[in-house]
Formats: sequence, structure tokens, C-alpha cells
Amino acid sequence: MLKQFADYVTFSLIGLKPGSHGGEALDFFIYDTIKIFLLLTTIIFVVAIIRSSFPPERTKRILSHNREYVGNVMAALLGIVTPFCSCSAVPLFIGFVESGVPLGVTFSFLVSSPMVNEVALIMLWGMFGWKIALIYIGTGLLVAIVSGIVIGRLKMEKYVQDYVWEMQVGQQEIEELTFRDKLVYARGYTRDLLKKIWPYVVIGVGLGAFIHGYVPQDFLAKWAGRDNPFAVPIAVALGVPLYSNAAGVIPIVSALTQKGMAIGTVLAFMMAVTALSLPEAIILSNVLKRRLLLTFFGIVATAIVFVGYLFNIIL
Amino acid sequence: MKLEVLGTGCAKCKTLLENAKKAVEISGKAAEIVKVEDIPSIMKYGVMSTPALVKDGKVLFSGKLATAEEIAGML
Repeated sequence: MLKQFADYVTFSLIGLKPGSHGGEALDFFIYDTIKIFLLLTTIIFVVAIIRSSFPPERTKRILSHNREYVGNVMAALLGIVTPFCSCSAVPLFIGFVESGVPLGVTFSFLVSSPMVNEVALIMLWGMFGWKIALIYIGTGLLVAIVSGIVIGRLKMEKYVQDYVWEMQVGQQEIEELTFRDKLVYARGYTRDLLKKIWPYVVIGVGLGAFIHGYVPQDFLAKWAGRDNPFAVPIAVALGVPLYSNAAGVIPIVSALTQKGMAIGTVLAFMMAVTALSLPEAIILSNVLKRRLLLTFFGIVATAIVFVGYLFNIIL
Repeated sequence: MKLEVLGTGCAKCKTLLENAKKAVEISGKAAEIVKVEDIPSIMKYGVMSTPALVKDGKVLFSGKLATAEEIAGML
């Protein structure tokens, strides 16, 4: 139905020719934008209702009872449902380690939270299908769990900024919300999130549509196809300094896939863009000494490269 | 009454400060509003997601933005 609508607007109302570059690009843009906003609005609202039961204070309490391994798995899973914004990364980090959450477990959360979330799930589902979406969630969690365990094993507590350990942290009561409160929260959350990500979605889909319509087929196959062993590390290295959220990256990588970029390379690029970024590094340098910060980025980037190779082999 | 807006300087924190100022005007009550940006003071309240609003030492909410009308209702 959406497809017919997009076709109607592009070819009948505006009068572009089917098969022409401009026509295909615009058709693609209208169809994808509408589809994604419909999906985003519904699913973000549903997830927000679940999220309202998991404020960071509660997540912290759950994690402070868990040690390594089980703790890492719990942290990665809670990362999906706990609302996270990189601007609160510092108070969140301090709150976690102060209440006795192990350092490695804290990192599992910090990796999973920005990378694995409902926006990534919806966008991947909408543009690649549910299989790829599930694979992304599964391997994203795995990267978070493994990176956290490795960091925990390295015993790097002394590379956390000293003042963190001396800080006095107050206790905040967790208020129990009624279902009505949750609906109000979910409405506000959906509105705020959509307001924040809509430009990324439009620009992302726009660029994707441009690539779809104008870049020749198989343009990328030679460089970014599965036969080039350097494609994955290069994609990850390009992804780290870039800062965007899943909403902006996925439409672009979706178009790149159609032009011959291998799917493992695409997933690795996406993970690097969402999980690691320069702004986040700058924020985290307030609580982490350089050595731990570099170790953190190094381990996560390595895990992501590994995931990329794995999927280029098996998919 | 003393209102504190806790936040490390993100866009939402600035909006919350504006909304809090408007809320005080709407309510017509006398209030002192301060912006708290240093981490130790924020952590003292146990707040882990910013922005947050504190009234006379009690956290009203954290990790979300509220409109001026919503805040006025809490004063």
C-alpha cells in the first residue's frame, strides 16, 4: 500500500519517469521515510512503556548484586531497555562503579546501551528484514558481553580517574509508576526521541535514496565486497570517528549493501558508528584515564572486526 | 523554595532550565533557580541520568524533560 502511494506521488503527481535516476531515488525516499516513521512511532512507544520500568537507578541495583559473567550478560541485556544518552554517560558510570557494579560489567552496559536498542532493531528490520535485525542484536550483545569480560579480566580499576572512587553518591528512591504514568512517560519519550532522530532519518534515507538511484550497481563490490580482506577493518576505522545513531546510519548502509558492500562489513561499520565515537571518548575521558579509554576502544573495535569477518564468511 | 537544575551541559539541560524559569512565573511562587553542572554535586543526589530537577533538596524527576506546565504543577 505504501509502495503504491510512493509510486503514485512520484510518477503520477510529480510526473517523473519510472526507471529514471531521479524517479527511482524519489520513489525510494518517499516509501522508506513513511515506512520507517510508522515503524519507529509504534515500536518506540511500546518499548518506552517497558523502559519506564527500568530507570538507570534500578538497573544499577540489579547489577550491583551480580558478579562477572552473569553480571556481564545481565548488563548487556539491560543495556537494551535502559534509556541511555551519551551526555549522561559520566553520572551513569560513577553511579555504577560506586554502588559496587564491577568495572567489566559496567563496560558491558556502556557498549550495549548505545549499540543495541529498539531504533536499531526497527531500522534493520525495515530495511534488511528480521533475520539481519536478530543477528545484529545477538552479535551486538555478544560484543558487549565479551568486551566487558575482557576488560574485567585486565583488572584496570586503577585506570579509572581517582576522584571517581572518592565520590559520595546519594541514594535516589525509585518511584513506582502506575500504568497511566507509564503511558504519559512513553508519549513524552517517543516525542522526544522522534524529535531528536528525525533529521538523521531524513538525511540518512535521502543519502540512501541518492545512492540507490545514482550509484551504479556493484560499484562497491570490488572494494567492499567479501573478497577484500581489508574491507572490514577499514569500515570499522572509518566508523569510529563518525558519530550518528542507528536511525541515520542504517538507510545509508542499506543502500551500500545493494551496491555490493558485503553484509558483514556493513554490520561492522554500523556497530563502530553507534558503539564507539569521538564525542563519547571525550565525555568518558572525564572518568577514565587514557590507558583504559584506549583499551576499551581497542577491545570493542577488535570484537566488531571479528563479527564483520564472521558474517562475511557465513552469510 | 530552591530549585536546582542538574545537568552537565547538554541541550536538554538548557531547555529544562528555561522551562523551570517559566514554571516559576506560571506558579507565581518565589523561587531561587540554580543550574548545577559539577559532577560531585549531581552525584550527591544519586542522579544517574540528566537532566534532573531538584526542589529543596528532593529529586522531582531525572532523565527526562518536562514542560513548564508540568513543572509548575509540581511546585
